Amino acid sequence: MTTYILRRLIQGVVVLLAVSMICFIIFRYLGDPVLTMAGKYATQQEIEEVRRAFGLDQPTHVQYGRFIWNALHGNFGKSYVSRVPALGLILERFPATFELAFTAMLIALTLGVGLGVLVSLNPSSWPSRLVMAGSLGGISIPTFLTGVLLIMIFGVYMGILPPFGRGETVQIGFWRTGLLTADGLKHLVLPATTLAMYQLAVLLRLTRAGMREVLAEEYIKTAWAKGLPPGKVIVKHALRNVLIPVVTMAGLQFGELIAFSIVTETIFQWPGMGNLLLQSIYETDQPVIVTYIMLAAFLIITINMVVDILYAVLNPKIRYD
Amino acid sequence: MTESRHLLEIQHLKTYFTTFEGVARAVDDVSFHLDRGEVLGVVGESGCGKSVTAQSIMRLIPEPPGKIVGGHIWFDGMDLTTLQPSAMRRIRGDRIAMIFQEPMTSLNPVYTIGDQIAEMFQLHRGMGRREAWRHAVAMLEKVQIPAPHKRASEYPHQLSGGMRQRAMIAMALACDPEILIADEPTTALDVTVQAQILDLMLQLKEDFQTAVMMITHDLGVIAEIAQRVVVMYAGKVVEQAATLPLFEDPKHPYTRGLLRSIPKLGERSKKGRLRLEEIPGMVPGLLDLPPGCRFEPRCPHSMAVCREREPELQDLGSGRLVRCFLYGT
Ligand SMILES: Nc1ncnc2c1ncn2[C@@H]1O[C@H](COP(=O)(O)OP(=O)(O)OP(=O)(O)O)[C@@H](O)[C@H]1O
Ligand code: SF4
Ligand SMILES: [Mg+2]
Repeated sequence: MTTYILRRLIQGVVVLLAVSMICFIIFRYLGDPVLTMAGKYATQQEIEEVRRAFGLDQPTHVQYGRFIWNALHGNFGKSYVSRVPALGLILERFPATFELAFTAMLIALTLGVGLGVLVSLNPSSWPSRLVMAGSLGGISIPTFLTGVLLIMIFGVYMGILPPFGRGETVQIGFWRTGLLTADGLKHLVLPATTLAMYQLAVLLRLTRAGMREVLAEEYIKTAWAKGLPPGKVIVKHALRNVLIPVVTMAGLQFGELIAFSIVTETIFQWPGMGNLLLQSIYETDQPVIVTYIMLAAFLIITINMVVDILYAVLNPKIRYD
Repeated sequence: MTESRHLLEIQHLKTYFTTFEGVARAVDDVSFHLDRGEVLGVVGESGCGKSVTAQSIMRLIPEPPGKIVGGHIWFDGMDLTTLQPSAMRRIRGDRIAMIFQEPMTSLNPVYTIGDQIAEMFQLHRGMGRREAWRHAVAMLEKVQIPAPHKRASEYPHQLSGGMRQRAMIAMALACDPEILIADEPTTALDVTVQAQILDLMLQLKEDFQTAVMMITHDLGVIAEIAQRVVVMYAGKVVEQAATLPLFEDPKHPYTRGLLRSIPKLGERSKKGRLRLEEIPGMVPGLLDLPPGCRFEPRCPHSMAVCREREPELQDLGSGRLVRCFLYGT
């Protein structure tokens, strides 16, 4: 088990290094940051000064070394636009994105698994067929369309849910939360539902497929033969086996939800990291873009690792891998 | 219908499966009984309805497509075919237990052996976790699994096929059931392991005073452990007799065919299983059964009457029943 974790850690570090290399190349060679910073009408001398001030006159490997060194110290440079540390800028937005992704995941996981189990038990009933058709929609309808439709129905037409912004928030230490006020929760409903839709459909279909397979297994017959009530057979004996792939999938999705909630955040003007990224792309604010990519890679790799280890714990068969 | 003086009595049981192709009469008017402490063998070729009979007794027929459409299953004054699901659950596992053919897949891969056996004590005896676990370890010891303490906390994939089948037997016998239904418990095992498991079952049957319904297509197994035999063919009982008379003087042409297909009595074929495929011809599909005797297309003694109508089950005395026109109408 320890060697397994160690191996996963080393793999993670290698991937992060690779990402950092790509980030560095973006940073250094896609567009000249000096021009962005100094402005279009700067003189040659001003340009040289800026170049030196940001260390952009040094040889490539020195710059990369310094980039890594700084990154290790949480220093990804300052935003070209707002002139404050890029990491701070992003971390400030992190709670909003995390709460959105977390709520979306919660919705996707509970509804996805719950409905998946129900559908697997009565595959040919018409409510099941309806749910399955709906899940196809969830997979194929693009996020922006779901978002716009929800805004139109609940925000504009019925007017019962706020269509944009985060609403009232409360600051707890460094964390600004919207989960503690009624207004904040209300604002969360539409964007979280929008973000959850695709993942919900995926988890539902995965759960249903898994349940149908497991329910036909011999050990389910054994469980019935023991005299167990239906709830125990379905949850304890069947679902427990299905949860292994489902939890793995949900974990992997969670990293993606945090890192790539850009579309949803834009539609709902959610003050999260995704919104910041989009803004930074418009402004070619490379330190922020690079920091975002590094952070996203770090989050996804960490979550994958946790999921893998969880998988090993849940599944007795790979415990000694 | 009346209550039975037997431990278990099946009367005119009919279990049908409705599929797209039609209605498969998997068990069609089957009657037999099981007495306290005896071992009853149920034999027949693949697909003749042995497992469906067993599942009907346990009320584990998947519905749909299956359904018990007629008959009675008497157990302790109750008709199991009409029992409430909750009442049936109290019987399942506690008073009638079952073990299956595939020891590789009939244990849940994500729970330890100990947990799975302990679950029986928690469910039917209301024990706490600790006490149930202690009893589970004791059961593993009774089925002669070495180092039961250690084995109890292992997962199914860490055990060999024979060990798993022992664990299954431990689970089935945990609550000291009155009836143990064993659906081909040794078919998937090596010959030597097969013999060990059979010995174990015989010994435990004495210790626990359990009646056993042993389903198999291996007549060698029957010869070794059964006192009485029910021979099934295409969803019907075709012969019923005590083991010795059946082997010495089989009446039904199908039973004779089965016996001829054993090279030497009691000795199992190389692969450890007897497929009974030596009888010429095929088992008729349950959807297009011949109008008369179901064995007629393969029967060497076939007569005109056999093609016209179905023979009834004849009582030849001393517990012997046979369904064939060779023995009167
Ligand atoms: N779930 C099902 N759906 C449809 N038909 C079924 C189902 N289960 C059993 N049957 C029908 O019942 C017949 C008898 O099946 P059964 O499993 O009782 O045979 P068996 O005697 O146990 O054979 P084997 O020796 O192969 O286990 C099958 O041929 C099949 O037509
Ligand atoms: S009834 Fe006729 S066909 Fe059927 S087994 Fe007897 S002799 Fe053969
Ligand atoms: Mg069978």
